[in-house]
Parts: sequence; structure tokens; C-alpha cells
Amino acid sequence: MTPEPVVPDPPLAVEMRGIVRRFPGVVANDGVDFDLRVGEVHALLGENGAGKSTLMNVLDGLYRPDAGEILVFGRPVEFRSPRDAIAAGLGMVHQHFALVPTQTVTENVLLGLPRPRFRLDARRYDDEVADLARSHGLAVDPRARVWQLSVGEQQRVEILKMLYRGARILILDEPTAVLAPQEAADLFRTLRSMVAGGASVVFISHKLAEVAQIADRVTVMRRGKVTAAGIPTAETTTAGLARLMVGREIFETIERAPFAPGPVVLAMRDVEAESDRELPALRGISLDVRSGEILGVAGVAGNGQSELAQVLTGLRRCSAGSITVDAVEVGNKTPRDTIVQHVAHVPEDRTGVGTAPNLSVADNLIMKSYREAPVARRWSIDTGAVRRFANRLRETYAIAAPSVDTEARLLSGGNLQRLILAREIASAPRLMVAVQPTRGLDVGAIATVHRLLLDQRQAGSATILISEDLDEILALADRVAVIYEGRLVGLYDAAEADIGEIGLRMTGGMTPAVAEPGAPPVSVA
Amino acid sequence: MTTQAPARGPGRAGSLLPWAIRLERRLEVPRWLPVVTTIGAVMVALAISGIVLWVAGGDPIPTFIHIVRSSFGSLGVLSDTLVKATPLILTGLACALAFRMRLWNIGAEGQFLMGAWGASAVVLIPIVPAGTPSIVTIPLMMAAGMIVGGAYGAIPGILKAYRGVNEIIVTLMLNYVAALWISYWVFGPWSEGGFQLTAQFPHEAWLPRLSDYADVVPAFSGLTVHLGLVFGLVAAVLVRFLLSRSRRGYEIRLIGDSPRAARYAGINVARNTVIVFAISGALAGLAGMSEVSGVVHRLQQAISPGYGFTAIIVAYIAKLHPYGVIVAAIAFGALILAGREIQPSGIPAMIQGIILFSLIASEVALRYRVRLERRGA
Repeated sequence: MTPEPVVPDPPLAVEMRGIVRRFPGVVANDGVDFDLRVGEVHALLGENGAGKSTLMNVLDGLYRPDAGEILVFGRPVEFRSPRDAIAAGLGMVHQHFALVPTQTVTENVLLGLPRPRFRLDARRYDDEVADLARSHGLAVDPRARVWQLSVGEQQRVEILKMLYRGARILILDEPTAVLAPQEAADLFRTLRSMVAGGASVVFISHKLAEVAQIADRVTVMRRGKVTAAGIPTAETTTAGLARLMVGREIFETIERAPFAPGPVVLAMRDVEAESDRELPALRGISLDVRSGEILGVAGVAGNGQSELAQVLTGLRRCSAGSITVDAVEVGNKTPRDTIVQHVAHVPEDRTGVGTAPNLSVADNLIMKSYREAPVARRWSIDTGAVRRFANRLRETYAIAAPSVDTEARLLSGGNLQRLILAREIASAPRLMVAVQPTRGLDVGAIATVHRLLLDQRQAGSATILISEDLDEILALADRVAVIYEGRLVGLYDAAEADIGEIGLRMTGGMTPAVAEPGAPPVSVA
Repeated sequence: MTTQAPARGPGRAGSLLPWAIRLERRLEVPRWLPVVTTIGAVMVALAISGIVLWVAGGDPIPTFIHIVRSSFGSLGVLSDTLVKATPLILTGLACALAFRMRLWNIGAEGQFLMGAWGASAVVLIPIVPAGTPSIVTIPLMMAAGMIVGGAYGAIPGILKAYRGVNEIIVTLMLNYVAALWISYWVFGPWSEGGFQLTAQFPHEAWLPRLSDYADVVPAFSGLTVHLGLVFGLVAAVLVRFLLSRSRRGYEIRLIGDSPRAARYAGINVARNTVIVFAISGALAGLAGMSEVSGVVHRLQQAISPGYGFTAIIVAYIAKLHPYGVIVAAIAFGALILAGREIQPSGIPAMIQGIILFSLIASEVALRYRVRLERRGA
């Protein structure tokens, strides 16, 4: 759509030199150099807060750099807004999508463009969008309304928006954080075909495995500086990249005490529940979790995991079955009743459910304990006790916040998760329901979360770990349950579990009926 | 799509200026900033009002001086200002409390009227026999005003909590119902000789005024400020305590910031919705009681020049802070009082409106950092 730039011999799609960007109290980018070649996928790797997103927001015109220069296709640019950036052929897809749920895909793609001026020739533009989507392998129906789409499809719409505006440089900010493994694979295929067609992609990530899988070259950032500039991925090792990223060796093996299960804490019998769309989400779930045991629930997103966590914590009604914690029925009770039974919950949505963003760290830490002494005195709240309680947790769990009065929304993802875990563990849980506890976290924070969950196991609580990261489940869990379309389709001892078989069951490749050992696998076609 | 010309971003001002105005999202809001932007917004609003006055042929500076003088210039007018501020403090608190939980109670006007009706009923039905001393009558009227106002406020609360009905529409509509309810009683059962007002309350039903003590302190002579002001100040302290030091207040703040997080924390959002609406209605109802018992001394149609609506602006200017409500209510009391001096209607209402718009606009300054940049390059 855009003519080739007239600059002779354009060696680089993007060149950033000596970028400095300060925020109050931190230098997010401290003299960063970055270059992107035409036709490559270039990964930008680093922990949360390393400065990756800041650097790309500078490139996209969202932030102005305090120092440094930027060249796009060899031409110096000074973007004042993402609009300027897209006009120069550079588009960014953020972690949080900017889509209008009630509008169709085509309408979202056209939104904000000068054409069509007045009358929308829906069919013509639907066809245009459909052609564009097809040519890039982005499977999405232009007439579908965005609210009907899965997260993966919504991401494709965001990419389509940029392509439609003529983007030849695509910046993706942690695109796989919201995707199921299958969707991630689709995305990678799309990116491959796009770079084959001459586009260039910056891929922000903190996952080593996917960087090795998709990127041609990788730039590693740590604390606002580049620790490795544009090295070919083929010449790197996972361990080497991890060292550059965190500045220390990561110990992949997690030390854990031997499995010593106690009495049954959680017992679910034939539990059924409906999803928000009133479709069956859980279809007869029965399982036991014992004290001192971590049960991992493996499955592709959207197979009933969220609903499972919600029925256990009183946030969703069961349509049938019973749930007991320490022999007390908690099914179809209020969240309050489950809290009284010491059911702790590390929710999937940290900022929407797990914390109140505009309240202070202290207020967020007392969410489960504000009804009891020492925080509460009858109907009043003892602010002195709140501060002592909050400061104790802040120190014990190393929550990096200037003070307990800091608003929770200013905390990084890892610190927010520390806050949630600190609060939940302080409630002395009998049952811990942890949903995607490490999603979107950096390596250091993941290690902390894993250690805390294992400490809880050691302390005798029963834990349900719901995760899409199979490696995480196998590293932490004592037993693995596989969930598919609301049914448990497999139950394994983690030590003996076969990843291939679990993967097959997760994707419905085996009869969903049973988990009988030795049942012959059904055709996978 | 292939144009290389810089796009005209939303943050760009007219190109006639040598520099461009750029907006940048703020990451942190310093504590002092809301105060500064609020004061700044009011100043800008006064400047705009001054221009309008000037265009209309008035002389802005003397007008403003006149406003200040006629509302704060002497003990007498200061007292009158406080009389006007009293119902605004109580209704302002009613709005601020509900808004903290993001319950858009714009029915303070109706709850005010129902509170006034409830208080009047104590002496007009009558619930207490004639000649009952103040010490019994007044607390009964307060209780009646708060109960009737609170119950009236609970209606939209219950509808929202258990049926998901939009509270803005219900509270707005109930204002009209309340006004007609008052009309029915003052035209009908309680009409005084066919006039559209009730008989004057017996003196036992009057809130004490400063002028009542003029024989002890001569300086109090003619001062109409009444006990209702104390209700307002005490209520502000109580609301402040409720919000920042009580379990209920913690629940209100948590629900206000994130209803989903509140549910996760085991909080019964529906019950809190009803409770907060009832408290809000009770505060507005107390304002109605204070007005009929402290100022009007009878029930009639025109007991409120829209206190319940002005309260919304008061609550916003106060940034929903209970003590801020006191300050904002006094400022608006002054404006109402002085407005009558300048013009029966029009200019004062215009100033109120411009202040509200400026305040809403100033929210931008809270969320964005404004930068001036030289053009060119």
C-alpha cells in the first residue's frame, strides 16, 4: 500500500540511538540503542520493568524521549503521537486492546480513519478486510462483533487495524501473555508469513522459550539498559539469555519436600455450573485435594478453569453437586462463607478482582482481614493496627512499594502478585485456589510465587493450581488433573505423568469419558 | 494512508500559535494537585463569568466585590450565608457519600422534600399533641425526617441492588414524585385556609436560632443561623469517620473502586447499596427537616430552590471529601444569597454552571500533564 521509501539502501527498518526516558524516580531507558532490520522478527527480552515497553512506547510516539534519536527507514523521525508513527508505517499492538466490543471487526478496523467519510459501504469494506486478513493468515470474520471474539481473535483484529493502516513495522507488546498455546502457535505462523512478505516485527517478551522459537535476533534489556544487542537467536542458549535478563543463574529445578498428604480438605462431588453465557461450563466434576497436596489443573483456556475457581470461592453458583472444605459445605454459599472456611483465592485477574487499583497497598492487604482483630475493633478499623499489619506483610513478602499508602495501581505485576499472595497466605488458608499465579510475571517473581506456594503445601494447606503452563504444573503439583470442556479427562501422579498424553487430553484428543489407566488412545485426527 | 504529513493529533491546538499544547498521561497524581486544580478551575470559572458580565454590559470587578460583600460583608449576611449553606452541607454530604460508592444519587432533592414532609407530619398530623416541649418535638422531627428521607432513598437502592435498575433514572424520577407528594398535602389535607401552604408550626417545633439568645448576647440580634448548621457540621464529622475509620466505610470505598474486588473480598455489594442509599437519603431528609423547622416553619411547595441539585456540584467541588463539602456548601450558600442581590435569576445560575463545567474540564489536568512545545522541527 505504501511505496518503497526513496531513501537509498535502507538497511534498517528502525534505528534508535541513545534513547533516554525518565519517569519520576526512575530512568526507564538509560541510553538504549536498538535496531530492527527489514524482514526480521526481533525479540526484545527482559524482566517486568526492564524498560522494554517504555522503549517501544517511545518508538511509537506515545512517550517523547528525553534524549536520543530515532530513524525509521533511514529517515530521522520525531513522532508526537501514535498517529504520526502509523503514518510512517509503524504500528504497535498493546497488551490491552483498544476495541469497541459492540462494533464489528470491520468497523473497528475503520475506526478513526478519514475514509469512509459518511456512508459506510459495509460489503466493500468487509471484503477488503477479509482479503487483508486472508493474505496474512489471520482467521477472523469481518462481520463478527468484537465481544463475540476470543482474546486471540481480538488480537488479530488489532494486528489487522495496523496492517490496514499500512504498517510495515509491527510492535507486539507481550502478545502471547493472553493467548492459549494453540493461539500462540497461530500467531507465530502469521508473524512468519508477514516477515516473509517484507514486514518487520518487534516482539516484546519475557518468555525465553518463545523467543527462541520465533525471533531471528534478540536484544536483552535489564534495568533500563541493553545487556545484549541484537544477537542472532541461533547463537544463544536459554540459560545464557536468562543470565543476561536477570543477571543471575536461574535454578530451573525447584526443591521440594517429599509428598506427605494429610486428610482430605476439599471434596467436590458431581459439581456442575454454567458460564456467564448460561452454557454448561462444569459437567460433573468430582475430585479430592488433601492437606499438603498441590493438585494441578491443566487445560487449554476456556475449558471451565475460571468457573472451577469461582464455584470454589463462592463467586459462582453451582447448578448441581456438592463442595465441602473440611467437611463443611461451601457450594452455593457466598464468598464470605468460603473466606470463613479459610479458602484463599489468588485470582486470575489481578487488577480487576484481586486488588482495588486506586486504594492503598494497606487497604488492599486488609481485604480479607478487616473484619477481625487486630485490624478491626467491633465496627471500627484501627488505622494503627492496619499500618503495622501492612508493614509486616510488606517486609515479609518483599513487596516493593515506597510505602503502604502507595496506590496499588502503581505496583508492577510481580509486586501486585506478592501483595495478593501475602494477603491470602496471611489468612491461614486451608484451601488455596491459585489461578494463573505466574502469568505475565518475570523470572524472579515467578520463583517467589512458586516458593510461596510450596511453603503453603509444607504448612499443610490443600492447593488447587490452575495454570495453562504445563511446565509450571509439572514442577509444582503432586497430582495433575486435566480439564477439557468442563470435564475431568485425566488424573495423573505428577511424577509419572506423560506430557504427550496430557497434551493430547487437554486438546480433546482422547475420549473425554475416563482416565482409566491404560485406556487405548482414540484417533487424534 | 500514504501521506507523510504529520497527523493532527487530538492534543494539538490551533496552528496559529507558535507552540503546540501537548497532553501526556500522568503516572502519579501528587497529593496537592487536586486542591490546586480545583481552586484553579474556580478562578477560571470566575474569569469566564466576568467576561460574560462584561459583555452583557456589567462591570465584573465591582460585581464580584458586591457578591462577596453581600454574603460575607457583615455578621448579618454571614449568618444568612450559613443559613443557605446548611441544607447544602447536608445534601452535599448525602451526594458525596453515595458518589464514593459510585451510586449516582441525584435524588437528594426528592429525599430532602420527603424529609421535610416527614418532619412536618410530626406536628401537622399531629403525632405529638400541641404544646409538647421542644426537647421532645425536635428530636422526633429529626427522626421522622431521616426515616422518611432514608426510606425514600432506599427505594432506588433496593431496585438497583436486587433488580439492577439504573439508579440515576429512578432517583431523578422520584424527585418529581416527591414534589407532587408535597403539593398534594399543602393543597389538600394540610392546606391553611385554601392557600398552598400549611399552618405555621408551633414554636416548640422551631429549631433554636442565634437571635433567640439576643437578650443574653445582644450581638446575636437578628442572626437567623439555626441549629441545623450544627447538624451539618456533626454530620460531616460522622461521615468522615464512617468513610475512613469504619468497617462499613472500608467496604464502601472498596466497592466504589472495584465492585468485583469487593465481591471477591466477601462483601455483600447489594446490601451495601441499600444501606448507603438509605444513609444518603437520611442525610438529605435531615436537610429537609432542618429547613422546615429552622427557616420556613411550615411546609409549602417552594422550600427548596434546588438544594438537592446544587448538592451534586457541591459534592464534586469538595472532591467527595466530607470537610470539603462544608467549604463548598458555604461558597455556594454565598452565591445563592448574593445572587438575589444581583439578579433574581440568570447570572448566579450561570456562574454555578460555569464552575461545574470548569471543574469537569479540570479533571484533564489531574490525569494529564500539559506541555507547551515550540512548533517547527
